[in-house]
Amino acid sequence: MSDRVKFSNIKKRSVKDKIVFGLVCFFSFLSMIPLFVIIWNVISKGYANFNWRLFTQVAPSSMDALIAKMSGEPIPGGILNGITGTILIVGMAVLFTVPLGLFIGIYLSEHPDNKFARTVSYLTDLLQGMPSIVIGIIAYIWVVKPLGSYSALAGSVALTIMMLPMVVRSTEETLKMLPRSLKEAGLALGASYTDVIFKVIVPSGFGGIFTGILLAVSRVMGETAPLMLTALGAAVVNWNILEPTSAIPLLIWDFYNDPNLVDIIWSASLLLLIVIFLLNWIAKIVARKWKI
Amino acid sequence: MENITENKLDNQKENSATEPILMLRDVSVSYAPGKKAVNHVSADIYPNTITAIMGPSGCGKSTLLRAINRMHDLYPNVVTSGDIYLKGENIMKMNPMEVRRLAGMVFQTPNPFPTMSIYDNVLAGYRLNGIKLKKAEKDEIVRKSLTAVALWDEVKDVMNRRGSFLSGGQQQRLCIARALALKPEVLLMDEPTSALDPVSTNKIEELLLDLKKNFTILIVTHNMSQAARISDNSMFMYLGDLVEYAPTREMFTKPKNKKTEEYLTGIFG
Amino acid sequence: MKDKIFKGLLFAAALTILVLTAGVVYVLVKQSLDVFQEYGFFGFIFNAEWDPRPDTEEYGAWSFIVGTLFTAFFALLLCIPFSLPVALFNGEYFNGRKISSFVSSVVDLLAGIPSIVYGLWGFYTLRPIVIQLGINAPGFGIFLASIVLAIMIIPYASSLSAEFLSMIPNTLKEGAYSLGATRVETIWHVSLPMASSGIVAAYILALGRALGETMAVTMLIGNTTNVPTSLRDTGNTMASVIANQFGEADGLKLSALIGIGLLLFLITAVINLIAKFIMKRLAAR
Repeated sequence: MSDRVKFSNIKKRSVKDKIVFGLVCFFSFLSMIPLFVIIWNVISKGYANFNWRLFTQVAPSSMDALIAKMSGEPIPGGILNGITGTILIVGMAVLFTVPLGLFIGIYLSEHPDNKFARTVSYLTDLLQGMPSIVIGIIAYIWVVKPLGSYSALAGSVALTIMMLPMVVRSTEETLKMLPRSLKEAGLALGASYTDVIFKVIVPSGFGGIFTGILLAVSRVMGETAPLMLTALGAAVVNWNILEPTSAIPLLIWDFYNDPNLVDIIWSASLLLLIVIFLLNWIAKIVARKWKI
Repeated sequence: MENITENKLDNQKENSATEPILMLRDVSVSYAPGKKAVNHVSADIYPNTITAIMGPSGCGKSTLLRAINRMHDLYPNVVTSGDIYLKGENIMKMNPMEVRRLAGMVFQTPNPFPTMSIYDNVLAGYRLNGIKLKKAEKDEIVRKSLTAVALWDEVKDVMNRRGSFLSGGQQQRLCIARALALKPEVLLMDEPTSALDPVSTNKIEELLLDLKKNFTILIVTHNMSQAARISDNSMFMYLGDLVEYAPTREMFTKPKNKKTEEYLTGIFG
Repeated sequence: MKDKIFKGLLFAAALTILVLTAGVVYVLVKQSLDVFQEYGFFGFIFNAEWDPRPDTEEYGAWSFIVGTLFTAFFALLLCIPFSLPVALFNGEYFNGRKISSFVSSVVDLLAGIPSIVYGLWGFYTLRPIVIQLGINAPGFGIFLASIVLAIMIIPYASSLSAEFLSMIPNTLKEGAYSLGATRVETIWHVSLPMASSGIVAAYILALGRALGETMAVTMLIGNTTNVPTSLRDTGNTMASVIANQFGEADGLKLSALIGIGLLLFLITAVINLIAKFIMKRLAAR
C-alpha cells in the first residue's frame, strides 16, 4: 500500500475545526447576553419603586404624577388596578381554556388517525400561529361590538383563543406518550371509558398537562396588543367582567405613552417578569416531578 | 516495546520474517474512573490475516476495536492508555484524523450517508477530508472500490440514487467500499453482519476472505461459527481481559484457557 | 350511556376548533368586505396610499406589507448568526450535557419575555445606541425594530433546529469521523444536510413569529405611513398599524384595518402550514 492517500492539510483542518467551535461557543454566549441585559435593566431601574405601594394603590393620574415630580417627590400610586385586572382576565381565560383544551386534547389523542381529528389538529396549528393582534380584532368583533363596550370578558376571550391551541397540543402530546396498556388495563377491569379517562389517563398525564397550562398562562400574561383592542384599560380596580378593565401590560403601555408616569414603568415590568419566570420555573419543576 | 511479548502468536514466533502490522501494547480503556472496559491488552496482528475478536457482550471487544482508530477520542469521558503501533508508528501519538484514515472502520449497522448518492458515499472520505480530485480519478476510485466489494455490477446504473435505497447487505458493502476507498492499512469491523440476513452475511464473509489478500482485517463478532469460518486468528476477551489469542483452529480445537473453553462450548455467552 | 355522553362531549369540544377557525375567517372576511369592495382585492394590497382625512380618504395596505416583510426578513437574517450557533451548541457539540440545558433554558427564556418589555428595552437601551451609531436621527425605524425582532425569534429558530440536529443518529456521525473527518466537516457534510429541511422549517416558523409580532415593533418602528426603502427609514408593519389606529377607527378605516388583519392572518397561516408540512414529511421519513 505505497499509494497512501495524502492528508497534508491536517493541521489547517484542525485549526479550522477549532475556530468554528470557538465561534459557535462565542455566538451562543452572545445570544444569552440580551436576556441578562434586559433583566438587569428592568431590575436596576425598577427596584426603587418596587414597594408595597405598587400592590396597594391604583395607577396615578398624569396630573398627580406631574405635581409629585415638580416637587421632587417620587410619583405616587401603584399598579393595583393592573394586578387585579390581570388576575380577572387571565383567570377567566384559564377557566374557559382548561376544560375545553383538555377535552379537545383527549379527543385528538384518542383518535390519532381519524380524518376529522387530523383536520382539527391542523387548524389547531393554524390558530397557534395566528398573530395576537388578529386575535384582538376577532375578540373585538365577537364580544366588544355586540356588547357595546370594552370589557374584561372580551379580553379573556382573546386570551382564551391564544391559550387554547397551546393547552390542546400539550395535552394531546402528553396523553399520546402514555402506554396503550394503561387504558386497556383499565377497560379490562370493567371500568367505563369515562372513568378510565378521568381516573387513569388524565391523572397519569397530569404533569405534562399542568406544565402546558402553566406555560400557556405565562405566555399570555404579558400580552398587550389583544387587550388594547378588547379590555382597553381602566383607572380603577374593576371586578365587573362587562366593564373595561386594566392589566399589567396595559398599564405599561399607558406609562410608556405618558412621560410623567415613566418612573413606575420599570417596576411594573419587573413584577411582570418575576411572575412569568416564576411560572416557567414552576412548570419546569412540575414537568420534572411528574415525568411519565 | 520489546519487553512485552506475551500474546505473540505461537505459529508466528519462529516466523520472524513477517513483521506484525499492528501491535497493541498494554492498551486500556475506561468509561468511568476506576472502571476499565479494556484491561491492559497486548497483542500482535499480522498483515493479510483476518483476526476475530470474540467474547460475551460487554467483554470490551468493540471497545478495543474502537481504540484502534481512536474513536474514543470523540468522547471526553473515555480514557485510553497504552500504545498502539501501526506499521511501527505509534498511533496514540498521531493525529486521530490521520489514524482514522489509516484504519478503516465498518459499523454494526450499515450507515451510508442518507443525503449522499451511492457515488458520493464511496467518495465520502475524500469529500469529508477536503481532498480535491479530478472526475477521472473519482470514477476510478468508485469503480475500484465498488468492484472490490462486489457491488459494482449491482449499482453501476443507479450511481446517483441515495445510498439508503439499497438493501441492508448492499448498504454494508457500500460502507466497506467507502472505507476501502481511502486505502487503509487495516480494516476494523464491528459486528458487520449482525444486522443482516444470512444470505447477505454469507456474501460479506466471502468478500472478507477475498479482501484479505490486500488488507488486514480485525473483526468483532459474537458469532462463533463466523469466527471459525473466516478468521485466521482469534482473540477471546472476557471482562476486559484478553484471555486467549491463538490461531483460530487451535483455539477452537484445544483452547488453553478454561474460560475460553467454556465460552466456545456454550456454557456461557 | 355515560360513556356516550362523554364521547359526544369530546367530539363537541373538538368541533369548537373547527367553529372557531371558521368564525375567525368569517368575521375577518365579512368585516373587511367594505374595503375590498371599494378598492378591489389587489387594488387594496398594492396601493401605498393611506389617508384617513375625511375629504381625501383612501386606504391601501402596500406600505405596511412592505414594512412587515422588510422587518421580518431582515430580522430573520440577523438572527441566523446567533440561532444557528445556539442550535449547534445545544443539538450537536454539547447535546445532552448540563451546559446545553443551561444555555437552552436561558435562550428559551428570551421567548418568555413579553413583547412590551422588549419594546421598552429597545426604546430606552438600544435606541440611544442606534442614534449614536448614526443610523438615523430619531433612532426609531426598520433597523431598530428588526434588531429587537431578531433577538425575539432566536429561541424559536434555535430550539427546533437543535432538536433536529440532536436527532441525527450517532452512527452516521461516527461513520464520518471514521473516515478522518473533523467535527466541523462532519457537521457540514453529514449533520446539516440531514437536518436541513427541519432547520428550514424552524426558520419558517420563526419568520411567522416575526411577521405577526406587534407591541415591540409598534414601539420601535416609528409608525409612519410610507413604503420603507432602506434600513434607516421609519415605517409601519401590518400589526403595528392595527395596534396604533384600531382604537379610534370606524367606518371604512375600521374595515381597512380589519382587511390588513385578514391579510396578515393569511400570510402567517400559509407560512405556518408550509413549516408544518415540511415537518410532517420529516416525521413520516
